[in-house]
Amino acid sequence: MNVASGLERGGTPPLSPAHSGEETSSIGARLRSYVEGYGFLAPAAVLVTLFFFIPVVIIFVLSFSNLDATNFGTLKWWLPANWGLENYVKIFGNKFFPKILANTAFYVVATLTIFNFGSALVIALLTTLIERRVGFFFRMLWLLPRLTPSVIYIMMWQRIAAAAPYGILNQLLVPLGIGTGDNLLQTWPWAFVILANGMIGASFGMVIFTSAIEAIPRDYMMASKVDGASTWQTIRHVILPLIKWPMLFVITYQTLSLLTSFEQIMLLTDGGPGLYRTEVWALTAYHRALSNYFGNNQWGYGAAWAVILVIIGVVAAIVYMRVFRFDELVQEPRIDLL
Amino acid sequence: MTLRRRIGATIPYVLLILSVVPIVVGYFWLVLSSFSTTTEGLKPVGGLTLENWSFLREPPFGRGYPSIWRVTLNTFVVALSMTIAVVLVSALAGYALSRLNFPGRKQFLSLTLILHAFPSVTLLIGIYFVLRALQLYNTVLGVGLVMIGFELPFGVWLMKGFFDNVSWDMERAALIDGASRFRVWWQIILPTIKPGIAALAIFAFISGWNAWLIPRTFTIGAGQQATLAVYLQNFMGDTVAVQWGAVTAVGLFQLIPVAIFFIFTQDLLLSIYAGGAKGGV
Repeated sequence: MNVASGLERGGTPPLSPAHSGEETSSIGARLRSYVEGYGFLAPAAVLVTLFFFIPVVIIFVLSFSNLDATNFGTLKWWLPANWGLENYVKIFGNKFFPKILANTAFYVVATLTIFNFGSALVIALLTTLIERRVGFFFRMLWLLPRLTPSVIYIMMWQRIAAAAPYGILNQLLVPLGIGTGDNLLQTWPWAFVILANGMIGASFGMVIFTSAIEAIPRDYMMASKVDGASTWQTIRHVILPLIKWPMLFVITYQTLSLLTSFEQIMLLTDGGPGLYRTEVWALTAYHRALSNYFGNNQWGYGAAWAVILVIIGVVAAIVYMRVFRFDELVQEPRIDLL
Repeated sequence: MTLRRRIGATIPYVLLILSVVPIVVGYFWLVLSSFSTTTEGLKPVGGLTLENWSFLREPPFGRGYPSIWRVTLNTFVVALSMTIAVVLVSALAGYALSRLNFPGRKQFLSLTLILHAFPSVTLLIGIYFVLRALQLYNTVLGVGLVMIGFELPFGVWLMKGFFDNVSWDMERAALIDGASRFRVWWQIILPTIKPGIAALAIFAFISGWNAWLIPRTFTIGAGQQATLAVYLQNFMGDTVAVQWGAVTAVGLFQLIPVAIFFIFTQDLLLSIYAGGAKGGV
């Protein structure tokens, strides 16, 4: 009798998924949606855990040990007994520590302002002002550095800066009496580090800003022209406010990119010329741990450098996200249960 | 147009031309050098030659080394598999983050941005140990998995952005009809975000094609499994004087397919950022 009562109303089973808007979703249905969610997320979550989280934990632990090439395989670095703070003491006591820190700050701020944000914005504005196809062409050129294999790209810059008679810049400057024809990487290393990295970095912001600008309805531009605004005024009062979010995003993302980038610097100057002239923090971590810079790999020491960089980066990311209120961009999920 | 207006109209062009001078000069040298024996500045010395391009016919280092075509094939396979994997994994995760509600969803979202703060250098040190533990060190699979992992923060964020813009109606209809979530995802939703998939695929492919640091650090470079960027290093040993001509030729060989590919797909790529970032009104 009781069994039949559930089937009285036309045979609908009592545990069917609730319709949208109804509060009574059964536990079964809710659980199933959790499982679905985790299932979809699983491959990404596994890879991210394997290659982001576990490594971070590993280097965190490593930074407390003094693992290097001599005791690799013998030192049980995962045992707390072998842990100590020597690496961190060594870093703060390192006489080049202030220089490396200053270099990193200088590099990030300069490249971000001049290129990754500055040039990106300027080029985006310029190429959307002029005829579409021509703008296309110039953006293509600015994208070339990003598409080029880094080894080739840096070699190009090395040639530009090289000493006479091979160097391209010197070929122009020496006959004009400027400079001595020396390798410009020796005399102006920072200019080239910033230039080379910047020309790659700018294309990211450039593409984002261009899309954002092109998404602005034509009516706004028309209206401002009808009102007699000059191009500059249109830019300042119409375009820029409307691309606020992309601008904030690019600043955040590129700051982090610059903080952690070192591949081009390594290829271009390898931190030189001389001692640590263009050495940035990320490069130091790589040098200590993974290259035979000092003749042996200092895993523990290099890990310590890396840990500090991660902390700086994560703090910066969180600060940016709070200040720029990124969580407002996060939408609530669409309906998940029927 | 008044004279002043005319001058005003040319300013953007002038500025843009100035801005691309270093690029144009640099790439001009690249092409020139690949066809010359040596160059001084922008002048070829000793005449133009096709000698540098001989690597197309035979391996320049001798029998033991693979031919450029084998290496190109390796690079292509690596880039393609990586692309497919990145797109699938990102699309799955992006869908979950856009549509499904489960504990930890918001955290994972903020995470995708913070992950970008993790310096790849950090990860390299730790990944070395992870790969050894998985016995994947010095294998193509290991390097491939790492490269896929690195693309995920960007890929997931991108896919989520695209999913957010897709209307819920079709999905709802399919779900009412009894389709499973996975089926809805695969047969209905994915086809609607083809531009997004295409864009992600292009970026992932280029990333895989040009990959240098990861393969080099985890040493799969040397033998028959070399990829183009690592193969290039053979031309630039410390003991031998750099043969600029040969190196630039191989470099151009690596760059040209990507550049051409990119030219034809630029329009598509502009749409990805429009799909992801909040711009305009």
